[in-house]
Amino acid sequence: MEWRDTGVLLGLRRHGETAAIIDVFTPDHGRHLGVVRGGTSRKIAPHLQPGAQLDLVWRARLEDHLGAFTVEPVFSRSAAAMADRTGLAGLNAALALLSFCLPERAPHPDLYARTLALLDHLETPALFPLAYLGWEQRLLEDMGFGLSLDRCAVTGAADDLAFVSPRSGRAVSRAGAGAWADRLLPLPPVLQRPYDAPRTEIAQALAVTGHFLGQHLAPALGDKPLPTARQRFVDGLARQNNSPMD
Amino acid sequence: MPGTDDIEALIEQMAKLPGLGPRSARRAVLHLIRKRAILLAPLARAMQTVADTARECVNCGNVGTADLCDICAQDSRANGELCVVEDVADLWAMERARVFKGRYHVLGGTLSALDAIGPDELRIPKLKERVATENIREVILALNATIDGQTTAHYIAEQLEAHVRLSSLAQGVPIGGELDYLDDGTISAAMRARKAL
Ligand SMILES: [Zn+2]
Repeated sequence: MEWRDTGVLLGLRRHGETAAIIDVFTPDHGRHLGVVRGGTSRKIAPHLQPGAQLDLVWRARLEDHLGAFTVEPVFSRSAAAMADRTGLAGLNAALALLSFCLPERAPHPDLYARTLALLDHLETPALFPLAYLGWEQRLLEDMGFGLSLDRCAVTGAADDLAFVSPRSGRAVSRAGAGAWADRLLPLPPVLQRPYDAPRTEIAQALAVTGHFLGQHLAPALGDKPLPTARQRFVDGLARQNNSPMD
Repeated sequence: MPGTDDIEALIEQMAKLPGLGPRSARRAVLHLIRKRAILLAPLARAMQTVADTARECVNCGNVGTADLCDICAQDSRANGELCVVEDVADLWAMERARVFKGRYHVLGGTLSALDAIGPDELRIPKLKERVATENIREVILALNATIDGQTTAHYIAEQLEAHVRLSSLAQGVPIGGELDYLDDGTISAAMRARKAL
């Protein structure tokens, strides 16, 4: 068995003395694991940084084997990510979520394209949190937990939408909510339509996507806790909101 | 070969050392046996002593032969500067450069999402305690220029920035480095950190 693809490195762990097992996200082969021989060596290790774009050749004797990768670096995201605290935390959050959510060997080409677009935003730190929010909504959709925010789940109205049902992920209008308003999640406008929203609103929107990641998606995956990297990113944004410099 | 079991056992142990394999371990053991009086016996004594006395410094995590390592025991190194490193090997590298006169703090690893290493697995609580009690003016984060290393640096910065001045090592072109051989990440970091001449 052999194929060639490109991919984003999600993470790696040591395998024996000198090898590494890498976890990559590719357009045609989805999330895929494999051994890189000599992956902890001084020559190869610097290229195996999370977020790096790699050219990959996978070989295995049988389809269901772990198999081995030959890797060539295409380009690194490290310098861009390390230049900005929010970007670095966001990179860690996105890669950890992909590793957490995606089943192995199932292609998600649209999510892959959105992930590359998100990583490109590491170059523009001011826009990164908004791009991250859109990416997380896309991730929920791809995993079957997309939010449906066009019209009110109760009245069918398309205006005055102010809440999200924490169970169904559907929008609810002020009129439709009535006495149940305090049991619903608030619906920040940036979730419906991306715009240059203040950080506080993006944080509020991430609390909504976080609810669906933690309360719906994670239990469906066997009830592992969400990766801490996501919470660290959200906490970092909240700290910026509170800092007097902003 | 009869009567060589002990020697074979020694070769086997030596071959586990970093940088040695079965062939080089065999050569080294033969060399030691030939120089039994001047090399092998003193080496055996030194190894036994260190096996009995080596321990982690209770303050900084360095390796020494007493509860407090030499650096923590010297008052002259309490100059208000604290250099945070990932590993004892990094501390020894910094000491080789002879450029830092303060004290160290060894974390014993970096935060890692994939290996599920959190702040409590590292010596971060002890670091916070030292900043509060050792009259520290500046904490220098000398962590690896890797995603995990810098993620750890930012995490520590968030914990400490209200209490102390923080700095980190520069990233860029190594001394003796030729641009043509550098990876794009290093060139990009060097460009971002360029300075006026
Ligand atoms: Zn010490």
